[in-house]
Amino acid sequence: MPLITLADAIAQHVHDGQSVALEGFTHLIPFAAGHEIIRQGRRRLHLIRMTPDLICDQMIGMGCAERLTFSWGGNPGVGSLHRLRDAIERDWPQPLTIIERTHAEMGVAYQAGASGLPCGLMRHYADTGLDRVGGSHPRTLTCPFSGDSLLAVAAINPDVTILHAQQADQQGNVLIRGITGASREAALAARCLLVTVEAQVERLDAPLNAIVLPHWLISALSIVPGGAHPSYAAGCYPRDNRFYGEWDAIARQREPFQQWMQQYVLASRNHAELLRHLGVAS
Amino acid sequence: MSAGPYTADEMMTVTAARQLADGAVCFVGIGLPSAACNLARRTHAPELVLIYESGTVGARPQVLPLSIGDGELAETAACVVSLPEVFAHYLQRGRVDVGFLSAAQIDRHGNLNTTVIGSYARPSVRLPGSGGAPEIAAHAREVLVIMKQSPRSFVPRLDFLTSCGYLGGAGERSRAGFPGGGPRAVITDFGILRPHPQTEELQLRAIYPGVTLDAVRAATGWPLRVAHDLQVLPAPQPADLDTLRALHAATRQAHAAAVRINLRTADAPASHPH
Repeated sequence: MPLITLADAIAQHVHDGQSVALEGFTHLIPFAAGHEIIRQGRRRLHLIRMTPDLICDQMIGMGCAERLTFSWGGNPGVGSLHRLRDAIERDWPQPLTIIERTHAEMGVAYQAGASGLPCGLMRHYADTGLDRVGGSHPRTLTCPFSGDSLLAVAAINPDVTILHAQQADQQGNVLIRGITGASREAALAARCLLVTVEAQVERLDAPLNAIVLPHWLISALSIVPGGAHPSYAAGCYPRDNRFYGEWDAIARQREPFQQWMQQYVLASRNHAELLRHLGVAS
Repeated sequence: MSAGPYTADEMMTVTAARQLADGAVCFVGIGLPSAACNLARRTHAPELVLIYESGTVGARPQVLPLSIGDGELAETAACVVSLPEVFAHYLQRGRVDVGFLSAAQIDRHGNLNTTVIGSYARPSVRLPGSGGAPEIAAHAREVLVIMKQSPRSFVPRLDFLTSCGYLGGAGERSRAGFPGGGPRAVITDFGILRPHPQTEELQLRAIYPGVTLDAVRAATGWPLRVAHDLQVLPAPQPADLDTLRALHAATRQAHAAAVRINLRTADAPASHPH
Protein backbone atom coordinates (compact mmCIF):
# COMPACT_ATOMS: atom_id res chain seq x y z
CA MET A 1 0.00 0.00 0.00
CA PRO A 2 1.41 3.40 -0.92
CA LEU A 3 1.91 5.78 1.98
CA ILE A 4 0.48 9.25 1.63
CA THR A 5 0.77 12.31 3.80
CA LEU A 6 -1.94 12.88 6.35
CA ALA A 7 -2.85 16.15 4.62
CA ASP A 8 -3.43 14.26 1.36
CA ALA A 9 -5.38 11.50 3.13
CA ILE A 10 -7.78 14.03 4.69
CA ALA A 11 -8.07 16.04 1.45
CA GLN A 12 -8.91 12.94 -0.58
CA HIS A 13 -11.17 11.05 1.84
CA VAL A 14 -12.90 13.40 4.31
CA HIS A 15 -15.60 15.65 2.86
CA ASP A 16 -18.02 18.24 4.25
CA GLY A 17 -21.21 16.72 5.65
CA GLN A 18 -19.83 13.20 6.18
CA SER A 19 -20.08 11.09 9.31
CA VAL A 20 -16.59 10.64 10.73
CA ALA A 21 -15.71 8.31 13.61
CA LEU A 22 -12.45 9.06 15.39
CA GLU A 23 -12.01 6.16 17.78
CA GLY A 24 -9.48 5.00 20.34
CA PHE A 25 -10.59 4.76 23.96
CA THR A 26 -8.47 7.32 25.86
CA HIS A 27 -5.56 5.50 24.20
CA LEU A 28 -4.55 6.05 20.52
CA ILE A 29 -6.90 8.97 19.90
CA PRO A 30 -6.15 10.25 16.37
CA PHE A 31 -5.34 13.84 17.35
CA ALA A 32 -3.11 14.55 14.34
CA ALA A 33 -5.92 13.59 11.95
CA GLY A 34 -8.47 15.69 13.85
CA HIS A 35 -6.13 18.68 13.71
CA GLU A 36 -5.64 18.23 9.98
CA ILE A 37 -9.44 18.20 9.50
CA ILE A 38 -9.55 21.51 11.39
CA ARG A 39 -6.72 22.97 9.26
CA GLN A 40 -8.51 22.00 6.06
CA GLY A 41 -11.71 23.65 7.32
CA ARG A 42 -14.17 20.76 6.99
CA ARG A 43 -17.75 21.74 7.87
CA ARG A 44 -21.08 20.12 8.83
CA LEU A 45 -19.42 16.88 9.93
CA HIS A 46 -21.27 14.31 12.00
CA LEU A 47 -18.60 13.37 14.54
CA ILE A 48 -18.81 9.96 16.21
CA ARG A 49 -16.74 9.14 19.31
CA MET A 50 -17.68 7.31 22.48
CA THR A 51 -15.66 9.81 24.50
CA PRO A 52 -15.43 13.04 22.45
CA ASP A 53 -12.33 13.99 24.48
CA LEU A 54 -10.22 17.06 23.67
CA ILE A 55 -10.13 16.31 19.93
CA CYS A 56 -13.91 16.67 19.45
CA ASP A 57 -13.91 19.63 21.87
CA GLN A 58 -11.45 21.31 19.49
CA MET A 59 -13.28 20.31 16.29
CA ILE A 60 -16.65 21.46 17.69
CA GLY A 61 -15.18 24.74 18.95
CA MET A 62 -13.63 25.37 15.52
CA GLY A 63 -16.96 24.91 13.77
CA CYS A 64 -16.32 21.59 11.99
CA ALA A 65 -19.33 19.71 13.38
CA GLU A 66 -23.11 19.97 13.28
CA ARG A 67 -23.84 16.58 14.88
CA LEU A 68 -22.19 14.46 17.55
CA THR A 69 -22.85 10.86 18.50
CA PHE A 70 -21.24 10.06 21.86
CA SER A 71 -21.63 8.30 25.20
CA TRP A 72 -19.45 10.22 27.71
CA GLY A 73 -18.48 13.82 27.08
CA GLY A 74 -16.05 14.94 29.78
CA ASN A 75 -12.35 15.66 30.24
CA PRO A 76 -11.42 12.44 32.08
CA GLY A 77 -10.45 13.07 35.71
CA VAL A 78 -10.45 16.84 35.09
CA GLY A 79 -14.02 18.02 34.45
CA SER A 80 -16.02 19.42 31.56
CA LEU A 81 -15.36 19.70 27.84
CA HIS A 82 -16.09 23.42 27.77
CA ARG A 83 -16.37 23.77 23.98
CA LEU A 84 -18.83 20.86 23.83
CA ARG A 85 -20.83 22.42 26.65
CA ASP A 86 -20.82 25.85 24.99
CA ALA A 87 -22.19 24.30 21.80
CA ILE A 88 -24.98 22.43 23.62
CA GLU A 89 -25.82 25.11 26.18
CA ARG A 90 -25.39 28.25 24.04
CA ASP A 91 -25.17 27.15 20.36
CA TRP A 92 -21.58 28.43 20.02
CA PRO A 93 -20.06 28.54 17.46
CA GLN A 94 -23.17 26.91 15.97
CA PRO A 95 -25.97 24.61 17.12
CA LEU A 96 -24.91 21.01 17.70
CA THR A 97 -27.37 18.14 17.39
CA ILE A 98 -26.44 15.36 19.81
CA ILE A 99 -27.18 11.66 19.55
CA GLU A 100 -26.41 10.27 22.95
CA ARG A 101 -26.04 6.62 23.94
CA THR A 102 -24.33 4.55 26.65
CA HIS A 103 -20.86 3.03 26.16
CA ALA A 104 -22.37 -0.46 25.93
CA GLU A 105 -24.92 0.67 23.33
CA MET A 106 -22.24 2.29 21.19
CA GLY A 107 -20.12 -0.85 21.39
CA VAL A 108 -23.10 -2.93 20.25
CA ALA A 109 -23.94 -0.40 17.50
CA TYR A 110 -20.38 -0.53 16.09
CA GLN A 111 -20.39 -4.34 16.30
CA ALA A 112 -23.66 -4.47 14.36
CA GLY A 113 -22.25 -2.06 11.79
CA ALA A 114 -19.11 -4.17 11.46
CA SER A 115 -21.20 -7.33 11.06
CA GLY A 116 -23.53 -6.06 8.34
CA LEU A 117 -26.53 -6.12 10.70
CA PRO A 118 -29.10 -3.30 10.95
CA CYS A 119 -29.04 -3.40 14.74
CA GLY A 120 -27.42 -4.97 17.75
CA LEU A 121 -29.12 -6.44 20.82
CA MET A 122 -28.79 -5.94 24.54
CA ARG A 123 -30.84 -6.92 27.55
CA HIS A 124 -33.50 -4.42 28.56
CA TYR A 125 -35.20 -3.82 31.93
CA ALA A 126 -36.57 -0.29 32.22
CA ASP A 127 -36.45 2.90 30.19
CA THR A 128 -34.01 5.54 31.33
CA GLY A 129 -34.13 9.17 30.26
CA LEU A 130 -31.84 8.37 27.32
CA ASP A 131 -34.45 6.13 25.73
CA ARG A 132 -36.68 9.18 25.18
CA VAL A 133 -34.14 11.72 23.90
CA GLY A 134 -31.18 12.09 21.65
CA GLY A 135 -31.90 11.13 18.06
CA SER A 136 -31.79 7.42 17.18
CA HIS A 137 -34.02 5.89 19.80
CA PRO A 138 -33.37 2.28 20.67
CA ARG A 139 -36.46 0.07 20.44
CA THR A 140 -37.48 -2.87 22.53
CA LEU A 141 -38.39 -6.23 21.07
CA THR A 142 -39.26 -9.63 22.42
CA CYS A 143 -36.82 -12.51 22.01
CA PRO A 144 -38.53 -15.15 19.79
CA PHE A 145 -36.87 -17.96 21.80
CA SER A 146 -37.03 -16.89 25.45
CA GLY A 147 -39.66 -14.15 25.46
CA ASP A 148 -37.15 -11.81 27.17
CA SER A 149 -37.32 -8.09 26.57
CA LEU A 150 -34.37 -6.92 24.46
CA LEU A 151 -33.10 -3.52 23.43
CA ALA A 152 -32.35 -3.09 19.72
CA VAL A 153 -29.72 -0.44 18.99
CA ALA A 154 -29.36 0.85 15.42
CA ALA A 155 -26.04 0.01 13.74
CA ILE A 156 -23.40 2.70 13.28
CA ASN A 157 -21.73 2.72 9.85
CA PRO A 158 -19.52 5.82 9.62
CA ASP A 159 -18.67 7.23 6.20
CA VAL A 160 -15.08 7.41 7.45
CA THR A 161 -13.37 5.91 10.48
CA ILE A 162 -9.97 7.27 11.48
CA LEU A 163 -7.64 5.39 13.85
CA HIS A 164 -4.11 5.86 15.15
CA ALA A 165 -1.97 2.78 15.83
CA GLN A 166 1.60 1.83 16.73
CA GLN A 167 2.89 0.03 13.66
CA ALA A 168 2.35 -0.76 10.00
CA ASP A 169 4.44 -3.23 8.05
CA GLN A 170 5.71 -2.80 4.48
CA GLN A 171 2.43 -4.09 3.04
CA GLY A 172 0.40 -1.70 5.17
CA ASN A 173 -0.99 -4.19 7.69
CA VAL A 174 -1.61 -2.30 10.94
CA LEU A 175 -0.99 -3.52 14.50
CA ILE A 176 -2.90 -2.05 17.47
CA ARG A 177 -1.50 -2.81 20.92
CA GLY A 178 -3.07 -2.09 24.31
CA ILE A 179 -6.48 -0.62 25.11
CA THR A 180 -8.62 -0.64 21.96
CA GLY A 181 -12.11 0.35 23.16
CA ALA A 182 -14.27 -0.27 20.10
CA SER A 183 -11.62 0.74 17.55
CA ARG A 184 -11.62 -2.50 15.64
CA GLU A 185 -15.42 -2.56 15.44
CA ALA A 186 -15.48 1.10 14.30
CA ALA A 187 -12.85 0.32 11.65
CA LEU A 188 -14.78 -2.63 10.25
CA ALA A 189 -18.10 -0.73 10.33
CA ALA A 190 -16.75 2.13 8.21
CA ARG A 191 -17.17 2.68 4.47
CA CYS A 192 -13.67 4.18 4.37
CA LEU A 193 -10.84 3.57 6.85
CA LEU A 194 -7.93 5.97 7.37
CA VAL A 195 -5.04 5.04 9.65
CA THR A 196 -2.08 6.96 11.02
CA VAL A 197 0.77 5.02 12.66
CA GLU A 198 3.78 5.81 14.81
CA ALA A 199 6.17 3.91 12.57
CA GLN A 200 6.54 1.60 9.62
CA VAL A 201 8.50 -1.59 10.32
CA GLU A 202 9.81 -4.54 8.33
CA ARG A 203 7.69 -7.03 10.25
CA LEU A 204 4.92 -6.50 12.82
CA ASP A 205 5.80 -7.56 16.33
CA ALA A 206 2.45 -9.35 16.56
CA PRO A 207 1.45 -12.59 18.31
CA LEU A 208 -1.10 -14.66 16.38
CA ASN A 209 -4.08 -13.27 18.30
CA ALA A 210 -2.97 -9.66 18.06
CA ILE A 211 -5.30 -7.00 16.72
CA VAL A 212 -4.16 -6.49 13.15
CA LEU A 213 -6.10 -4.59 10.49
CA PRO A 214 -5.22 -6.17 7.12
CA HIS A 215 -3.94 -3.67 4.55
CA TRP A 216 -6.79 -4.23 2.10
CA LEU A 217 -9.31 -2.77 4.59
CA ILE A 218 -7.43 0.52 4.69
CA SER A 219 -8.03 3.36 2.22
CA ALA A 220 -5.08 5.51 3.27
CA LEU A 221 -2.12 5.01 5.58
CA SER A 222 0.13 7.79 6.89
CA ILE A 223 3.11 7.77 9.21
CA VAL A 224 2.63 10.35 11.96
CA PRO A 225 4.93 9.95 14.99
CA GLY A 226 3.28 11.34 18.11
CA GLY A 227 -0.03 11.29 16.22
CA ALA A 228 -2.04 10.49 19.37
CA HIS A 229 -0.59 13.24 21.59
CA PRO A 230 -1.89 14.38 24.13
CA SER A 231 -3.49 10.92 24.21
CA TYR A 232 -0.90 8.15 24.12
CA ALA A 233 0.49 5.21 22.21
CA ALA A 234 1.37 2.31 24.54
CA GLY A 235 5.02 1.37 24.11
CA CYS A 236 5.84 4.72 22.45
CA TYR A 237 4.90 7.57 24.83
CA PRO A 238 2.59 8.04 27.85
CA ARG A 239 -0.62 10.05 28.13
CA ASP A 240 0.11 13.73 28.66
CA ASN A 241 -2.03 14.03 31.78
CA ARG A 242 -0.54 17.46 32.48
CA PHE A 243 -1.84 18.76 29.15
CA TYR A 244 -5.30 17.31 29.83
CA GLY A 245 -5.28 19.31 33.08
CA GLU A 246 -4.10 22.49 31.33
CA TRP A 247 -6.78 22.18 28.64
CA ASP A 248 -9.45 23.07 31.20
CA ALA A 249 -8.17 26.67 31.48
CA ILE A 250 -7.42 26.98 27.74
CA ALA A 251 -10.91 25.91 26.64
CA ARG A 252 -13.03 27.48 29.38
CA GLN A 253 -13.47 30.80 27.51
CA ARG A 254 -13.97 31.33 23.78
CA GLU A 255 -11.15 33.77 23.06
CA PRO A 256 -8.30 31.98 24.82
CA PHE A 257 -9.47 28.81 23.07
CA GLN A 258 -9.41 30.47 19.63
CA GLN A 259 -6.02 32.02 20.34
CA TRP A 260 -4.60 28.66 21.36
CA MET A 261 -5.98 26.93 18.26
CA GLN A 262 -4.56 29.70 16.05
CA GLN A 263 -1.17 29.76 17.74
CA TYR A 264 -0.63 26.01 17.87
CA VAL A 265 -2.85 24.01 15.49
CA LEU A 266 -3.48 26.46 12.63
CA ALA A 267 0.00 27.99 12.70
CA SER A 268 1.63 24.54 12.45
CA ARG A 269 1.90 23.01 9.00
CA ASN A 270 1.78 19.49 10.37
CA HIS A 271 1.77 17.45 13.57
CA ALA A 272 5.54 17.34 14.02
CA GLU A 273 5.64 21.13 13.94
CA LEU A 274 2.78 21.31 16.45
CA LEU A 275 4.59 18.97 18.85
CA ARG A 276 7.71 21.15 18.59
CA HIS A 277 5.68 24.28 19.29
CA LEU A 278 4.21 22.59 22.33
CA GLY A 279 7.70 21.70 23.54
CA VAL A 280 6.82 18.01 23.57
CA ALA A 281 9.29 17.14 20.81
CA SER A 282 12.49 18.78 19.64
CA MET B 1 -5.38 4.64 68.50
CA SER B 2 -5.79 8.28 67.49
CA ALA B 3 -5.90 9.03 63.78
CA GLY B 4 -5.00 12.70 64.10
CA PRO B 5 -6.65 15.24 61.83
CA TYR B 6 -8.25 13.97 58.63
CA THR B 7 -10.58 15.44 56.01
CA ALA B 8 -14.18 14.50 55.24
CA ASP B 9 -12.97 13.33 51.81
CA GLU B 10 -10.46 10.97 53.41
CA MET B 11 -13.08 9.61 55.80
CA MET B 12 -15.44 9.06 52.84
CA THR B 13 -12.80 7.21 50.81
CA VAL B 14 -11.69 5.03 53.73
CA THR B 15 -15.33 4.20 54.56
CA ALA B 16 -16.06 3.30 50.94
CA ALA B 17 -12.97 1.07 50.78
CA ARG B 18 -14.20 -0.84 53.85
CA GLN B 19 -17.38 -1.78 51.98
CA LEU B 20 -15.39 -3.97 49.56
CA ALA B 21 -14.83 -7.64 50.36
CA ASP B 22 -11.53 -9.27 49.43
CA GLY B 23 -11.83 -11.30 46.23
CA ALA B 24 -14.88 -9.42 44.92
CA VAL B 25 -15.03 -8.53 41.22
CA CYS B 26 -15.54 -4.80 41.06
CA PHE B 27 -16.44 -2.63 38.03
CA VAL B 28 -14.87 0.72 38.82
CA GLY B 29 -15.66 4.29 37.78
CA ILE B 30 -12.95 6.92 37.68
CA GLY B 31 -12.38 9.44 40.52
CA LEU B 32 -13.62 8.69 44.05
CA PRO B 33 -14.61 5.07 43.24
CA SER B 34 -11.16 4.36 41.82
CA ALA B 35 -9.43 5.85 44.87
CA ALA B 36 -11.57 3.76 47.24
CA CYS B 37 -11.02 0.52 45.31
CA ASN B 38 -7.27 0.99 45.13
CA LEU B 39 -7.11 1.82 48.84
CA ALA B 40 -9.04 -1.41 49.57
CA ARG B 41 -6.64 -3.38 47.38
CA ARG B 42 -3.68 -1.97 49.34
CA THR B 43 -5.23 -2.65 52.76
CA HIS B 44 -7.74 -5.38 53.61
CA ALA B 45 -8.62 -6.63 50.09
CA PRO B 46 -5.43 -7.50 48.16
CA GLU B 47 -7.32 -9.93 45.88
CA LEU B 48 -10.01 -7.44 44.84
CA VAL B 49 -10.44 -7.75 41.05
CA LEU B 50 -10.74 -4.34 39.41
CA ILE B 51 -12.37 -4.01 36.00
CA TYR B 52 -12.34 -0.64 34.26
CA GLU B 53 -14.62 0.03 31.29
CA SER B 54 -11.57 0.51 29.06
CA GLY B 55 -11.42 -3.29 29.06
CA THR B 56 -8.63 -3.66 31.60
CA VAL B 57 -9.53 -6.71 33.67
CA GLY B 58 -7.68 -7.31 36.94
CA ALA B 59 -5.81 -3.99 36.89
CA ARG B 60 -3.37 -3.37 39.76
CA PRO B 61 -2.29 0.26 39.22
CA GLN B 62 0.60 1.67 41.25
CA VAL B 63 -0.82 5.20 40.97
CA LEU B 64 -4.42 6.29 40.47
CA PRO B 65 -5.34 6.65 36.81
CA LEU B 66 -6.46 10.11 35.66
CA SER B 67 -8.54 8.60 32.87
CA ILE B 68 -10.35 5.30 32.62
CA GLY B 69 -7.85 4.17 29.97
CA ASP B 70 -4.44 5.20 31.35
CA GLY B 71 -1.53 3.01 30.31
CA GLU B 72 -0.97 2.17 33.97
CA LEU B 73 -4.21 0.14 33.94
CA ALA B 74 -3.35 -1.83 30.82
CA GLU B 75 0.23 -2.58 31.89
CA THR B 76 -0.85 -3.99 35.27
CA ALA B 77 -3.98 -5.85 34.08
CA ALA B 78 -4.42 -9.62 33.83
CA CYS B 79 -5.81 -9.00 30.35
CA VAL B 80 -7.09 -6.21 28.15
CA VAL B 81 -10.31 -6.86 26.22
CA SER B 82 -12.37 -4.69 23.88
CA LEU B 83 -15.10 -2.41 25.18
CA PRO B 84 -17.95 -4.43 23.62
CA GLU B 85 -16.45 -7.53 25.27
CA VAL B 86 -16.10 -6.06 28.76
CA PHE B 87 -19.72 -4.88 28.73
CA ALA B 88 -21.18 -8.03 27.12
CA HIS B 89 -19.02 -10.92 28.37
CA TYR B 90 -18.17 -9.63 31.84
CA LEU B 91 -20.93 -7.22 32.91
CA GLN B 92 -24.08 -8.33 31.03
CA ARG B 93 -23.18 -12.00 31.49
CA GLY B 94 -23.33 -11.45 35.26
CA ARG B 95 -19.67 -11.70 36.23
CA VAL B 96 -19.46 -8.47 38.23
CA ASP B 97 -20.11 -8.48 42.00
CA VAL B 98 -19.88 -4.78 42.75
CA GLY B 99 -20.43 -1.74 40.56
CA PHE B 100 -18.93 1.41 42.03
CA LEU B 101 -20.50 4.66 40.82
CA SER B 102 -20.71 8.37 41.47
CA ALA B 103 -23.18 10.97 40.16
CA ALA B 104 -24.16 14.64 40.15
CA GLN B 105 -27.64 13.90 41.53
CA ILE B 106 -29.23 11.05 43.48
CA ASP B 107 -32.83 10.72 44.64
CA ARG B 108 -34.29 8.98 47.69
CA HIS B 109 -34.50 5.65 45.84
CA GLY B 110 -30.88 5.68 44.68
CA ASN B 111 -31.59 6.63 41.05
CA LEU B 112 -28.72 8.59 39.49
CA ASN B 113 -28.28 11.54 37.13
CA THR B 114 -25.00 12.17 35.31
CA THR B 115 -26.55 13.74 32.18
CA VAL B 116 -27.89 17.30 32.64
CA ILE B 117 -28.90 19.92 35.19
CA GLY B 118 -32.01 21.63 33.85
CA SER B 119 -33.83 20.47 30.73
CA TYR B 120 -32.25 18.03 28.30
CA ALA B 121 -32.79 20.22 25.24
CA ARG B 122 -31.41 23.39 26.85
CA PRO B 123 -29.49 22.40 29.99
CA SER B 124 -28.08 24.91 32.45
CA VAL B 125 -25.21 22.48 32.98
CA ARG B 126 -24.40 19.79 30.46
CA LEU B 127 -22.79 16.93 32.45
CA PRO B 128 -20.57 14.29 30.79
CA GLY B 129 -23.39 11.76 30.34
CA SER B 130 -23.89 8.07 30.94
CA GLY B 131 -20.65 6.32 29.99
CA GLY B 132 -20.96 2.79 31.35
CA ALA B 133 -23.10 3.66 34.37
CA PRO B 134 -26.60 2.59 33.21
CA GLU B 135 -25.48 -0.97 32.45
CA ILE B 136 -23.31 -1.17 35.58
CA ALA B 137 -26.31 -0.05 37.66
CA ALA B 138 -28.47 -2.69 35.95
CA HIS B 139 -26.18 -5.72 36.01
CA ALA B 140 -23.72 -5.55 38.92
CA ARG B 141 -24.85 -7.86 41.73
CA GLU B 142 -24.81 -4.79 43.97
CA VAL B 143 -23.94 -1.13 43.55
CA LEU B 144 -21.99 1.20 45.81
CA VAL B 145 -22.43 4.93 45.28
CA ILE B 146 -19.91 7.44 46.56
CA MET B 147 -20.71 11.15 46.39
CA LYS B 148 -20.69 14.34 48.43
CA GLN B 149 -23.97 15.14 50.11
CA SER B 150 -25.66 18.52 49.61
CA PRO B 151 -29.17 19.74 48.80
CA ARG B 152 -27.99 20.20 45.20
CA SER B 153 -26.86 16.58 44.86
CA PHE B 154 -29.39 14.78 47.10
CA VAL B 155 -32.55 15.96 45.36
CA PRO B 156 -36.27 15.19 45.69
CA ARG B 157 -36.54 14.76 41.91
CA LEU B 158 -33.77 14.08 39.38
CA ASP B 159 -33.45 16.45 36.44
CA PHE B 160 -32.73 13.35 34.32
CA LEU B 161 -32.77 9.59 35.02
CA THR B 162 -29.44 8.23 33.72
CA SER B 163 -28.98 5.07 35.81
CA CYS B 164 -31.63 3.11 37.67
CA GLY B 165 -31.56 2.53 41.41
CA TYR B 166 -34.81 1.30 42.96
CA LEU B 167 -36.95 3.37 40.54
CA GLY B 168 -40.06 4.27 42.62
CA GLY B 169 -39.09 1.88 45.42
CA ALA B 170 -41.12 -0.89 47.15
CA GLY B 171 -40.00 -3.60 44.72
CA GLU B 172 -40.39 -1.73 41.42
CA ARG B 173 -36.81 -2.57 40.44
CA SER B 174 -37.14 -6.29 41.01
CA ARG B 175 -40.54 -6.39 39.28
CA ALA B 176 -38.87 -4.80 36.22
CA GLY B 177 -36.55 -7.83 36.15
CA PHE B 178 -33.17 -6.18 36.75
CA PRO B 179 -30.58 -8.91 37.38
CA GLY B 180 -28.50 -6.72 39.72
CA GLY B 181 -29.63 -5.92 43.24
CA GLY B 182 -29.32 -2.12 43.11
CA PRO B 183 -27.52 0.31 45.43
CA ARG B 184 -26.53 -1.43 48.67
CA ALA B 185 -24.91 1.65 50.19
CA VAL B 186 -24.42 5.34 49.45
CA ILE B 187 -21.23 6.62 51.05
CA THR B 188 -21.09 10.39 51.54
CA ASP B 189 -18.95 12.93 53.38
CA PHE B 190 -21.37 12.63 56.33
CA GLY B 191 -21.90 8.87 56.64
CA ILE B 192 -23.64 5.89 55.01
CA LEU B 193 -27.18 5.61 53.69
CA ARG B 194 -28.76 2.26 52.88
CA PRO B 195 -32.11 1.30 51.35
CA HIS B 196 -34.93 0.40 53.74
CA PRO B 197 -35.71 -3.32 53.22
CA GLN B 198 -39.39 -2.71 52.32
CA THR B 199 -39.72 0.82 50.95
CA GLU B 200 -36.21 0.87 49.40
CA GLU B 201 -35.95 4.51 50.43
CA LEU B 202 -32.42 5.51 51.43
CA GLN B 203 -32.09 5.98 55.18
CA LEU B 204 -29.19 7.19 57.22
CA ARG B 205 -27.54 4.17 58.84
CA ALA B 206 -24.18 5.53 60.03
CA ILE B 207 -22.44 8.86 60.57
CA TYR B 208 -18.83 9.87 61.02
CA PRO B 209 -17.43 11.08 64.36
CA GLY B 210 -18.44 14.69 65.02
CA VAL B 211 -21.25 14.76 62.41
CA THR B 212 -24.64 15.98 63.69
CA LEU B 213 -28.03 14.75 62.46
CA ASP B 214 -29.07 18.35 61.79
CA ALA B 215 -26.11 18.78 59.43
CA VAL B 216 -26.99 15.61 57.49
CA ARG B 217 -30.65 16.62 57.25
CA ALA B 218 -29.66 20.06 56.00
CA ALA B 219 -27.55 18.42 53.29
CA THR B 220 -30.46 16.27 52.04
CA GLY B 221 -33.12 17.57 49.65
CA TRP B 222 -35.88 15.33 51.05
CA PRO B 223 -37.06 14.57 54.62
CA LEU B 224 -34.30 12.13 55.58
CA ARG B 225 -35.23 9.00 57.51
CA VAL B 226 -32.76 7.91 60.17
CA ALA B 227 -32.34 4.29 61.27
CA HIS B 228 -33.28 3.47 64.89
CA ASP B 229 -29.89 1.86 65.42
CA LEU B 230 -27.84 4.70 63.90
CA GLN B 231 -24.17 3.84 64.15
CA VAL B 232 -21.26 6.22 64.70
CA LEU B 233 -18.34 4.96 62.62
CA PRO B 234 -14.83 4.92 64.10
CA ALA B 235 -12.25 7.43 62.84
CA PRO B 236 -9.97 6.09 60.10
CA GLN B 237 -6.98 3.98 61.12
CA PRO B 238 -3.63 5.80 60.85
CA ALA B 239 -2.39 3.05 58.54
CA ASP B 240 -5.34 3.57 56.17
CA LEU B 241 -4.74 7.31 56.08
CA ASP B 242 -1.01 6.83 55.47
CA THR B 243 -1.73 4.45 52.59
CA LEU B 244 -4.32 6.77 51.04
CA ARG B 245 -2.07 9.83 51.31
CA ALA B 246 0.91 7.99 49.82
CA LEU B 247 -1.31 6.86 46.93
CA HIS B 248 -2.47 10.43 46.25
CA ALA B 249 1.08 11.80 46.51
CA ALA B 250 2.44 9.23 44.03
CA THR B 251 -0.49 9.99 41.73
CA ARG B 252 0.10 13.77 41.76
CA GLN B 253 3.76 13.23 40.96
CA ALA B 254 3.04 10.83 38.10
CA HIS B 255 0.40 13.09 36.54
CA ALA B 256 2.68 16.15 36.60
CA ALA B 257 5.48 14.42 34.67
CA ALA B 258 6.44 16.00 31.34
CA VAL B 259 5.95 13.90 28.19
CA ARG B 260 8.68 13.77 25.54
CA ILE B 261 8.07 12.32 22.08
CA ASN B 262 10.81 11.20 19.72
CA LEU B 263 10.05 12.31 16.16
CA ARG B 264 13.01 10.57 14.54
CA THR B 265 10.84 8.93 11.90
CA ALA B 266 9.49 12.31 10.82
CA ASP B 267 12.90 13.92 10.80
CA ALA B 268 14.66 11.26 8.80
CA PRO B 269 15.37 12.80 5.35
CA ALA B 270 14.13 9.81 3.37
CA SER B 271 10.82 9.51 5.17
CA HIS B 272 7.51 11.15 4.49
CA PRO B 273 6.81 14.82 5.20
CA HIS B 274 4.81 13.86 8.29
